[in-house]
Amino acid sequence: MDFLLKIWRQENASAKGRFEKYKVTDISPDSSFLEMLDILNQQLIDKFEMPVCFDHDCREGICGTCGLYINGRPHGPDDAITTCQLHMRKFKDGDTIAIEPWRAKSFPVIKDLVVDRSAFDKIIEARGYISVNTGGIPDANAIPIPKKNADIAMDAAACIGCGACVAACKNASAMLFVSAKVSQFAMLPQGRVEAKERVRNMVAKMDELGFGNCTNTGACEAECPKEISLTHIARMNREFFTAKIL
Amino acid sequence: MANLDSKIPEGHLADKWSNYKASQKLVNPTNKRKLDIIVVGTGLAGASASASLGELGFNVKTFCYQDSPRRAHSISAQGGINAAKNYQNDGDSVYRLFYDTIKGGDYRSREANVYRLAEVSNLIIDQCVAQGVPFAREYGGLLDNRSFGGALVSRTFYARGQTGQQLLLGAYSALMRQVSKGSVKIYPRHEMLDVVIIDGRARGIITRNLITGKIERHFAHAVVIGTGGYGNAFFLSTNAMGSNGSVIWQIYKKGAFFANPSFVQIHPTCIPVHGDFQSKLTLMSESLRNDGRIWVPKNKEDAEAIREKRLKPVDLKEEDRDYYLERRYPAFGNLVPRDVASRAAKERCDAGFGIGSGLAVYLDFKDAIDRLGKETIEERYGNLFQMYEKINDENPYETPMMIYPAIHYTMGGTWVDYELMTTIQGLYAIGEANFSDHGANRLGASALMQGLVDGYFILPYTIQNYLADEILTPRMSTDLPEFAQAEEAVNSRIERLMNIRGDKSVDEIHKRFGLKLWNTVGMSRNKNDLKKSVENFKEMREEFWKNVRIPGEKNDLNPELEKAGRVADFIEIGELMARDALNREESCGGHFRSEHQTEEGEALRNDKEYMYVAAWEYKGADKEPVLHKESLKYEDIKVQTRNYKK
Repeated sequence: MDFLLKIWRQENASAKGRFEKYKVTDISPDSSFLEMLDILNQQLIDKFEMPVCFDHDCREGICGTCGLYINGRPHGPDDAITTCQLHMRKFKDGDTIAIEPWRAKSFPVIKDLVVDRSAFDKIIEARGYISVNTGGIPDANAIPIPKKNADIAMDAAACIGCGACVAACKNASAMLFVSAKVSQFAMLPQGRVEAKERVRNMVAKMDELGFGNCTNTGACEAECPKEISLTHIARMNREFFTAKIL
Repeated sequence: MANLDSKIPEGHLADKWSNYKASQKLVNPTNKRKLDIIVVGTGLAGASASASLGELGFNVKTFCYQDSPRRAHSISAQGGINAAKNYQNDGDSVYRLFYDTIKGGDYRSREANVYRLAEVSNLIIDQCVAQGVPFAREYGGLLDNRSFGGALVSRTFYARGQTGQQLLLGAYSALMRQVSKGSVKIYPRHEMLDVVIIDGRARGIITRNLITGKIERHFAHAVVIGTGGYGNAFFLSTNAMGSNGSVIWQIYKKGAFFANPSFVQIHPTCIPVHGDFQSKLTLMSESLRNDGRIWVPKNKEDAEAIREKRLKPVDLKEEDRDYYLERRYPAFGNLVPRDVASRAAKERCDAGFGIGSGLAVYLDFKDAIDRLGKETIEERYGNLFQMYEKINDENPYETPMMIYPAIHYTMGGTWVDYELMTTIQGLYAIGEANFSDHGANRLGASALMQGLVDGYFILPYTIQNYLADEILTPRMSTDLPEFAQAEEAVNSRIERLMNIRGDKSVDEIHKRFGLKLWNTVGMSRNKNDLKKSVENFKEMREEFWKNVRIPGEKNDLNPELEKAGRVADFIEIGELMARDALNREESCGGHFRSEHQTEEGEALRNDKEYMYVAAWEYKGADKEPVLHKESLKYEDIKVQTRNYKK
């Protein structure tokens, strides 16, 4: 398969970016999207040019490192996958493919397609945890948890922190990411103890870092590689209002 | 020369850890504040150690090459974590977990370490539940378990097929809590490039800021390495693209012995190689062997017909299928340990019964779906099935999965004593980076256990035994000549790499080297090939330093430069792996020397001559490393030939 790639190139955070065109030919439909970029980079190295920088690591859809905005969709034209799980068979021979970094004020570009998502770490740092030290804890089976609740907590906990929700949102909101963590702990007795402080702190931090608000568009849910549901945002809103009132 | 005193405490096996804790030195809270610890790596071991040390009151600096500590490769572990809780009332105990682990490791691990691992395992499950890790539960609200290879009990706790992710996020959240309290400072997108030794003690590290290329110096009273294994030496492996062996190689060159480098784990159930553009291999969790049955066609003609796509696997009659693991190992069946399952797959494929490209076997869920229903299978393995379908464009609910063994984990690593200290004072290695607990073969769901046990419950104790004598050591200036020299060496290596300007990319060289390593130091090894490889790898090293091409600048985000440094080290690690495999004239666990096998093709150990840990000491770039032997003594366990048949 042959493709024309239009890739965002930007030397560094302060440089002005631009699209550059590249041709790749003879790509196997079984190759992954990132392997296709590896092939492009090999071509660039052969010409002693600077390869395209993009973030990636596990290449099996779990570490959350990769994230490209492909033809106007975070993680490209397939559902419930990360960029590294996208395969070229999802495109047509001869396609033009536009590749951009995540676009959000809170995720500044570092270089080319690499962005800085440390804002997510800062949100977790703002009480996105249960305050237990190592040791001195009860037996794991001391508190039974209804399977249904544990399953909902797991649905929320599946978030990989890739940032596709922010990239998909017209407001660059991080509500889906924040709500996934709030919701996971809200469903577990261990997390109830400091539920109010948690939701207050995390939401305040999210606002402080410049993420936008939620207007219930649902783009985040549609593009989330782990199919995190909007109901978690609803649960977070309920947690938040309860925490404000009481 | 450092000695190889493993510092095993006195007393009966079951009392050793308690005895150690009762008599070790501790650091009082006011002194903890004056002591700095560097932790490199934020996987299960590094993150849990950083969090726990921060909670205790030490000043911790934590480094990772990823953009966030949450992304370390522990996150990819799928199937589960072992613990001897015996919640299933199926006969499990600390002793049985200990026994299974020693036996699974083919009697090449240290008895006291493994016992401690089993003993502490239960605390890990408690800890993770307290952190909000959503383990799978039964309808009654209590925790569920599944089975893994090499065990006759169900002791594996899991969170769907994402157990590693959930455990790592638990450790990461504990870590971020300490960051918010100011006891831990995180340095993401930083790569360690050398350790600084002052008067024989580890006193700091040199790092490169991966965004700016800036070389930085960091002091600490003790340095902890949790940077994982070196499986990516093979180029194709289940490791993350950035996983590397460079830190354990740097400390090896500074005097930390490297133990059992040839002990690598080849995981039986990975998605087969399908093209030369391929960048990595994807694991399909061992948990799938709970319900999946492994087979190849009984007749070569059928295998050929399937390879040529004239015949579909679902159309092959039951009596024409060879469930070779169930046939060869009736007692454990599809749940034999990984090394055994991998070799059996290779044997069938080499004999001409492979499917797909010829290097693949089937993992079939039809019986399980008929027995339990599609819904149950989906609940247990849904994300794995989805992952498979995205890669292979085939629906595993309808046609069997194709799998083949791939490099997955390295049992070998930095030699450590009972306290997890290397042969350099004040330098520790935890998790996969050390060699300590898995012998010649690791059992499934035990890597997560070891990483967390080391980080939460062992290192935070043992490191105090060292730091208690450091309370009068003031923080040192990073202007000291030892720091300057280490930085200069790092700079000159980067300069040298950038100036080669050859005509081969890092990946081109890595692929060629990796394939050679796979063919000669992979699933089956022999003296001739190993000898040749030791020489070959020397030549490849020279070629690398003459021919590699790195575009761009050093003072910039430059992934090619990052990879180049790692691959330069991989080639040297490969040479030591081959040397170690050559030295070990026996087959044990993942190390299979074709000269040493039984008539039935099983591994043949040589306990008389090789019941030892091979710890290698670096002597210089063109000098042969020196072998030190730590004899393994089994006082509590009877050494036997591994038998998974009955």
